Parts: sequence; structure tokens; C-alpha cells
Amino acid sequence: MMDTAIEPRTARTAATGAGDIILSVENLATHFPVRAGIVKAVDDISFDLLRGRTLCLVGESGSGKSVAARSILQIVDTPGRIVAGSIKLRRLGGSVTDLAALHPRSRAIRAVRGAEIAMIFQEPMSSLSPVHTIGDQIIEVLRLHLRMSKQAARARTIELLAQVEIPRPELAIDRYTFEYSGGMRQRAMIAMALACEPSILIADEPTTALDVTTQAEILDLIRRLQQKTGMTVLFITHDMGVVAEIADDVLVMYKGKVMEAGPVEQIFHAPTNDYTRMLIGSVVKLQQKAQARASRPVQISARENIIEVRDLSMHFTSGQNVNKAVDQVSFEVKRGESLGVVGESGSGKTTLGRALLRVYDPNSGSMIYRRADGSTVDLAHAGADTLRQCRREIRMVFQDPFGSLNPRMTVSQIIGEPLLVNGLAKGAALDNRVADLMQQVGLEPAWRERYPHAFSGGQRQRIGIARAIALDPRLIVADEATSALDVSLRSQILDLLMKLQDERGLSFVFISHDLGVIRYMCDRVAVMYRGKFVEIGATDDVCDRPKHAYTQALLSAIPEPDPKRRRIHQRVRYQAEA
Amino acid sequence: MISAAPAANRLAVASQWQLTWWAFKKHKLAMVGFYIVAFLYLIAVIPGFFAMNDPSKQNARAAFHPPQAIHWIDRTPDGGWSLRPHAYGTSLKRDPVSLAAIFTEDPSKKVYVSLFGTGYAYSFFNLATFDRHLIATANPVDQVYLLGTDRLGRCVWSRIMQGTQISLSVGLIGVFLSLLIGIIVGGISGYYGGRLDFITQRVIEFVVALPTIPIWLALAAAVPQDWPATLNYFMITVILSLTGWAQLARVVRGRFLSLRTEDFVMAARLDGVPERRIIFRHMLPSFASHIIASVTLAVPAMILAETSLSFLGLGLQPPTISWGVLLREAQNIRSIATAPWLFAPGFAVVVAVIALNFFGDGMRDAADPYNK
Repeated sequence: MMDTAIEPRTARTAATGAGDIILSVENLATHFPVRAGIVKAVDDISFDLLRGRTLCLVGESGSGKSVAARSILQIVDTPGRIVAGSIKLRRLGGSVTDLAALHPRSRAIRAVRGAEIAMIFQEPMSSLSPVHTIGDQIIEVLRLHLRMSKQAARARTIELLAQVEIPRPELAIDRYTFEYSGGMRQRAMIAMALACEPSILIADEPTTALDVTTQAEILDLIRRLQQKTGMTVLFITHDMGVVAEIADDVLVMYKGKVMEAGPVEQIFHAPTNDYTRMLIGSVVKLQQKAQARASRPVQISARENIIEVRDLSMHFTSGQNVNKAVDQVSFEVKRGESLGVVGESGSGKTTLGRALLRVYDPNSGSMIYRRADGSTVDLAHAGADTLRQCRREIRMVFQDPFGSLNPRMTVSQIIGEPLLVNGLAKGAALDNRVADLMQQVGLEPAWRERYPHAFSGGQRQRIGIARAIALDPRLIVADEATSALDVSLRSQILDLLMKLQDERGLSFVFISHDLGVIRYMCDRVAVMYRGKFVEIGATDDVCDRPKHAYTQALLSAIPEPDPKRRRIHQRVRYQAEA
Repeated sequence: MISAAPAANRLAVASQWQLTWWAFKKHKLAMVGFYIVAFLYLIAVIPGFFAMNDPSKQNARAAFHPPQAIHWIDRTPDGGWSLRPHAYGTSLKRDPVSLAAIFTEDPSKKVYVSLFGTGYAYSFFNLATFDRHLIATANPVDQVYLLGTDRLGRCVWSRIMQGTQISLSVGLIGVFLSLLIGIIVGGISGYYGGRLDFITQRVIEFVVALPTIPIWLALAAAVPQDWPATLNYFMITVILSLTGWAQLARVVRGRFLSLRTEDFVMAARLDGVPERRIIFRHMLPSFASHIIASVTLAVPAMILAETSLSFLGLGLQPPTISWGVLLREAQNIRSIATAPWLFAPGFAVVVAVIALNFFGDGMRDAADPYNK
């Protein structure tokens, strides 16, 4: 279905065979027998990989895209196994091997792994050995597969590290994994994958754990390496922006089946399948501000401040090192307003959110909170009693919908806990309140005796929201509340939060690394970098006319879900002054 | 994708214990261990029922009597037969040179045995007295020794049954005391952390570093000889648990430390939940199953400890009957030569310890149904 006329990006040459089929997957089915029956993770899919091109396998969590890719190398986790279909690898010399027919532990498949088809994974920290230097690990691959001498392998490794643009490779070769940053580790992984000059590179969500600016670097690198070596890339991702940025062809998967396949332009601009349309629609929806927000009548800037933070600092000391997680931050949030805080990992945004609830005691600064009766409290110096009262009005929604709900408590116990311990309701009244709260967040009250593991990620996040609003709060700190969710669920949760905001006059501090959700939801946005706010202003102003160089770099690194507007190549880089 | 929807629905309302039980049932070896352990504790509750002869009754005419086999088919002299279990009676002769006792079987003297017959009277925890036995001779005057007798002519089978009570309960009570100390010390250490944790950890390391057997010996030697048997028994369990708590405290501390940083614990704190409720309502249920698994694995260690101590003569003292006390009879080379059946209590120890270990392994694997 893929070999319909596709415009090749690189000119076809007979020598490299660009555009020929290199791998054809036919009617592949990979099943996992589990207690409750058989999970058909990959259910009869077929596709072709073309030499020198990039195919993106895209789908939400549980769509089977990773299992499909792992089936190619026969590294599916037990108890999964390939039950039907063929995976034919066609070499330039003309020989053909059916990988699906090989035994997972056979010599034949081992010769293919690494040498002809290499793979890189999502989490470079766990894929690299922590007790060997980066150089040793790559040298080992070279000596094992290519039987190189020690000197030759070392020289080649330095060459490879230079190829993936690791600065000063002759020094970097003797460093350990933990001395590398996340992006550098992924580069080292790529260097290792490229060691044997494979003809196919399988990349399984290689940028998901990375910051958006680092992601841009890695995507750029993969594409330039591809142009140089002419290898084929099978790229697995859930992020439509990434797809638009790097794909030649796209395969959309859902529940183990192929929904749609075709060239990237066609998928984005003329999708024929309903699921594809929904997927692209939910991404495009997050590109602009929410309709609910556009239709709000009142000017927020005229309202009074609910919280006013002045010169807040939060330092962590370990030995000689002082980590200024939050450094002299000042801002205010008005009643009914949503303030977005955007920043990369390690920028201090989570610490800031937790400091607002006094999970940590700040080193200096003040947080003046205006209570419902008009009196003001400085949360930074409040006593235990005042703090307990204020925490009823300032609540938190957590990032991890799995870790933030006690697995040993039923949903009604979880939602009812704050009401119960604060002595606000018990018995039948508590039961009614819980049922009412569940209805408000769009959950069926009949499910309240179930445990959290019976719910999906999106439903769990709704449970977390119900717990947060149980005490009728006035300010909610949402820390990456949608990051763990699939893109199609994100806008639903955001819409729910805005509905609650309109009904209850809530204020939000919305912390996220994703500018998309902030643009959708927030009135104002603060850009955080290394503990400081580098820019704060109305969301439209910051997104469309960024003033600070860091904001410009951040914005230019975000992949746009439109293959016609690829821009990672032209992104702005930000160099922090020491 | 999952084709069995009813199973998924059932899962949704299953309690933690049900989930653990389902996971446990899939572990074949653990299930075998579970049944053996359950049976052994049944014996421990009412050993008299499983015994054949009064375990303390001496019989000078039957010293070092060898084990007797049970025959099932009873042939009458006229050639007919019936299914009626019996043992052959024995007669005692002495070797004229060495004066050693020689027991010869006499197939004409049949001692019939029956299930659920009546025999000697035994008390059930001083609450009631029964005389029903699993296996009993038809005529209470006759005696059958399934595993032979010791040097005083006491029935080894019955003594092993009786010893089960003490040996297995020492394990349980000792572990219970260790657990109590372990949860309190480990809990405080893990939950509050910091300086307190540092000090507690050093204390635990000190306790773990103590060589256990000399310490037991010293403490056991300090127990006055003239104390009554029950008090002596209690002291031995206390001594055993004084060294056993450290490992459990470490397990508890580790769980507390890892749970303390969980989001749901922070959520509870922000909900305004008091600390005691956080510990007991939010944190403890999350690892109660892990504790039970560690406890199951600690019981065999306690049983072995009691056995070694009693074997060395410093644990429980006769006339108290425990497996370790029984094994003291097999301490010298002479008994190996003349009465190898005196090792039977050692076999009981091995079976109990292996069964408990299998059971504990299964519990540990099943304890966390979420980690699949």
C-alpha cells in the first residue's frame, strides 16, 4: 500500500538503489497471551520500507507501534511472539531473508541485528551501561561485529562520535554515561547504532524523553546522517509535530491495525481515515487558543490578585553545590486567571509549583495569598495551622496519573479523603458529595468502588482533578497535568479544567514543558529558564512576538504539525551567558 | 483488544487479597508448600490427635524399638483375605554375647490398627480432653511404633507430632515479636529519616554483625535453669527475636523510604491528612503484603534457630518436646549405628523449612499484583 507513486526526496541513483523496497512486512501479527485472553498487539499489518527514506509509525499509547518495530528484530518482550506473516529483508546484492521465520535466538538474526538493522530506544540512560565508558561500549560493538583491532576500533569510535556531533570526541570517548546530558546520550546511542553502517535504523521514540530544543537537535542530526549515508529510517513516535518534521511516509496505527498509510503531505492535508482525522484534529486544536477562552467576556487584568509572589528563591544545597532551583521569581495571579509556566526540564518550574503550596520552605521572598474573606496571608512564613487552612483553598493536580493515586484505596476513598480528614462530610453525605464530584469531572459515579488501576490514564487524571476540587479551592497548581496523556485526551482534560474554571471562578498556575497546551489554556505565560523568569506576558504576545532570545529559541524548536512548514533546520539556538 | 471482558470486570472489583491469591495460585510449588505448611500447623494445633502413643510414656521393654510397618491385607489361615490394616507384634530377645536387644517380628501376632480409634487421653490447650486419634490400635494395651522408639522406649512418631507444636509456634511467635520491633524501629527510621535514620541504621548494622550463635548461647545460659517450662519457652522466643528484628526493620524502612516520595503520599499531606493516618491508612496497606512475605521467609530461620539452640542443649529443656530437643537424642555415633530412626525429627525440620520457603517465595511474588 506504500509503494504508490511517492515523490522521492533524494534523486534515485542506480548505485544506492534509493527508493527500492528494502524491507517488506506482510500480514504481520504479534500476539501476547495473557491471563484474560490474547492481546493482539499487532494485528495483521503490512507495509514496505523504501531505501533511503523515512517511514514514521505513528499512534497513541497501546497502538502496537513499538511492538511492530520490535517484531522486525525479534526482540518482543515475553510472552509476545510473532504468530503470522513475513518480514522480508532485501539486500542490495539481491539476497532476501525472511526475518519472521528466524528463531529469536538464532545466529542468523543476531547477524542482522546491529549490523544490518540497528535500533535506538527512548531512554538512553537505561540502554547504555553505567559502568563502562561510552567509548568502551562502541569499541565493543566494532570489535565484535567487524573484528577490528583495538587501535582501529578506537579511531573509528572517535570518528563516529564526531559524526554525531559530540564536541571534542577524543575526550568524550573516555567519559561515562552519567557524565553525558540526555541529548548527548542519545547521540552516543546513535553513534553506537551507526557503528556497523546499518542499512536500516529503527528509532523507537528517541526524542520523547528529551526537551524540545534537544529534540530538535536530534531530529536534525538523524536527517543529516540519513542524507549522508543513505540509510532507511523507521521512526516510531506519538508526536504528530515530529512526524510532520521528518517523515517521508506515514503509517498510522490504532489498536494493532493500520488505519492509514501514505506520503506525509497526504496524511496531513487529505486524510481519508476517521482516526487519522481525529488525531490530526486534536493536534491542530492545540495550536490555537481554546474556544472557551476566546468567548470569555470579562477583562481579567482588572480583577484583584489572588496570589502575589515577590522575589521568591528556593535553593537546594548538596555539599559545596548550590542549585538555585527558583531564583528571585516575582509574579501574580489574578482571580479567575490561568498563568502558564513553561520551561525545559531542570528549569525549576516544578519546584516553583511545589513552593507555592509550601511543600518546600523557600529561602527568601514572599507569597502573599488573598483568602476568600479578603484577608491576606504570607504563605512563605505561615504557621502550620494557617497553612492547613490555606491548603484547602490552594490545591494541586499532579503529573503522573498512576503515582498520584493510592493504589490501595477505592476511587470514592481517594476523592473523599480531603473531605473526610478536614471534617467537612462523612457517611451518606460524603458519598453524595463524591458522586457529585465524579459527575462534575465526567466520571460515572457508579464506578466509585473501583480501584484506580481499573481506569485509563485520562480517567485517572479526572479522579485527580475531582480530588483537587473537592474542597472548593480558589487556586489550583497543575504540574504537567496533561504530559502523561495521549494527545487526543489532552484537549479533553484542558476543556474540563476550563469548564470548572468558568463554573467556580478558579485560578490556575499551569506548569508545562509544552507550549501548545499553555497556548490553548492560559491567559498569560511565564517562560522559565534556569530558575528565573526570562519573559512573562499575555500568551499571544509571548507566542507570536517573543522578546527574549531564549523564548525565540524555544518557539523555533517546536515542531509544527504541518509538513509544509518544516523549520527545525532554521531554528534559533540560544547560548546562555555564563 | 483483550477478548475476555467478564474477567476484566471481575478484576475491577477484586480486593487486594483476592489479587494476591490469584497470583499465588499460579505458583505450583508455592501451592504445594502452602498445603504442607497448613497441614503442619494443623498438627501443631492438635498434636495429640496425630500421635499414636503418649509421647512422654516410657517403656523399658521397648527401648530402641525399630519402626514397624503397617500391613494392609489381612490373610486368614484358610486363604481368604480382607482389607484390615495391622502391624505384626514383636518379641524382645537379647543377644547372648553383647546383650543387645533384638526385636523379632511375629507374623502370627497381629495388632490391628484403625482410623479414628480411641487411645490415650490428651488435652487440647487445657480446655478439653479427648481420646480420639487419627491412627489407633484396636486394643489400647497394644502399641505400634511407626518410627520406632528412643532409648527410653518413647514413641518417636508421637514425639515428633508433639514437637511440631513448640517448634512451629516458636517460629511464629518469634517472628511476631521481631515484626513488632522491626515495624516500629524501621517505620520511625524510614518515615522521619535524617539523623534518626542514621543512628537507627548503625544500630541495625551492629545487631546484624553480632555472631548469632554465641549471643544465643550467652543469653540462653543466662536464663535460670529452675524456671518453669513455659517461661523458659517464652524466653527462648524473645532471645531469638532480639536478633531477628533487624532484617525486618530494614525491609520496613526501605519500603517507607521509597513510599515517602510517592506522589500519592504528597497528595495526602496536601489534603491535610494527619501523619498517623498517612502512615497507617496510606502507606502501610501498600506494603502489608511485602511484610507478610518477609515474615513467611523469616519463620523457617526461627525454626532452624530454635532447633540449633535446643540441639546444643541450651534452648528448650526436656521434658519440653521440640524437634531440636528430639534431635539431641541423635547426638552421638552410637545412636546412628543402633537407631537411625532417631533422625526422623531432622526430616520433619527439613520438610517444614522447605515448605515454608516455597510458600514464602510464592507470597513474595504474589504480594504485588500490580508489578506485572
